[in-house]
Amino acid sequence: MIPSAFDYVRADSVDAAIAALVEHGEDAKLLAGGHSLLPLMKLRLAAPAVLVDIGRLAELSYVHDAGDHVAIGGLTRHHDLETSALLGIEAPILRHAAGQVGDPQVRHRGTIGGSIAHGDPASDLPAVLLALRATLVATGPAGVREIGVDDFFRGFLETALAPTELLTEIRVPKAAGAGWSFQKFNRRAQDWAIVGVALVRNGTTGVGLVNMAPVPLRAGAVEAAIAAGASDADAAALAAVGAEPSADLNASADFRRHLARVLVGRALAQAAG
Amino acid sequence: MDISITINGTEHRDDVEPRTLLVHHLRDDAGLTGTNVGCDTSSCGACTVLLDGESVKSCTVLAVQADGRCVTTIEGLADGEGMHPVQAAFREHHGLQCGYCTPGMVLAAVSLLREQPHPSEADVRAGLEGNLCRCTGYHNIVKAVLAAADGAPA
Repeated sequence: MIPSAFDYVRADSVDAAIAALVEHGEDAKLLAGGHSLLPLMKLRLAAPAVLVDIGRLAELSYVHDAGDHVAIGGLTRHHDLETSALLGIEAPILRHAAGQVGDPQVRHRGTIGGSIAHGDPASDLPAVLLALRATLVATGPAGVREIGVDDFFRGFLETALAPTELLTEIRVPKAAGAGWSFQKFNRRAQDWAIVGVALVRNGTTGVGLVNMAPVPLRAGAVEAAIAAGASDADAAALAAVGAEPSADLNASADFRRHLARVLVGRALAQAAG
Repeated sequence: MDISITINGTEHRDDVEPRTLLVHHLRDDAGLTGTNVGCDTSSCGACTVLLDGESVKSCTVLAVQADGRCVTTIEGLADGEGMHPVQAAFREHHGLQCGYCTPGMVLAAVSLLREQPHPSEADVRAGLEGNLCRCTGYHNIVKAVLAAADGAPA
């Protein structure tokens, strides 16, 4: 399978990438590692007229200690996250979940910014960022703005990013010593999660769900129940409240709701332990 | 677009369409047909090559993304007549049946052992999760990779 023809622009700076996006508008797509976009292009489900390759912007690949949070460059690869000593201390759930994305070859190419900007509800990392209450930094023609993770995912493969913006940084509040759990339910290695749960207990409890709606979803009813003193079992029973899971060959919508309840229960138990 | 890729130590310059996939560039332009196309959807790993020493699925990399970088295919692994230790271990332990997945499997194993020189059996199985063997010959493949690791300097 071969993608439709496109014009290729290699950006040598963030400013050059933004300028190319401004010039080409909605005909253009950013190319980072390409592991979400290229498969869609090969299937001709996406056919951008222009690809703006930002894959060589080394200045956007980093994991830094930034005081109260860890700052992660948008082009940091999953492989770099899963081997980051800093993340292992300050946000171990993200380090662990990055190691569950795809397979080693995918993790050598795929980036956190690309995965988040793609906005796929079946992806692992959006749910982790929901659980960690991350902040996303977008850079565009008007400068830099911060977007809370709860305002970022807008619809199926739709985000709050404007067509002329790059996701340049992901800011993760430090959560050293917090209880956490990442539950990924699938039938085969390397598959997408049929349902996944990311959970962090750090004073408050954050719970993100994979594949339970057209967007990555916060399990708000679970969080509220825990905050109000409910037992873990009672809270887990609320895991599918507000969810709109799809049905496909792997699972019916009802089975996904069941999985969410079971997996949130397991995650609460693991994060407490 | 003009690109230059160092493939198995030799610089290859070519004018490619931006949409050319690395696997097609390797096979059709460079004539290196040891890299197989399997699923063509970045699932099976048959097209695995090393990009700057790391395993990637060449069906999901554009040739222009590899511009200026080093690619190693199965043809570039042996040192003259001497097999690479992972190749030798695959032969010794019969880590193949039909052979279709083998080039990708070997390169994925080389990349794994570079990152984890002394893996456990579980590490090997997890490390090869991106490579499918339709003959289901995994048992001997894992044995071969563990044997290659044992032979590696500590």
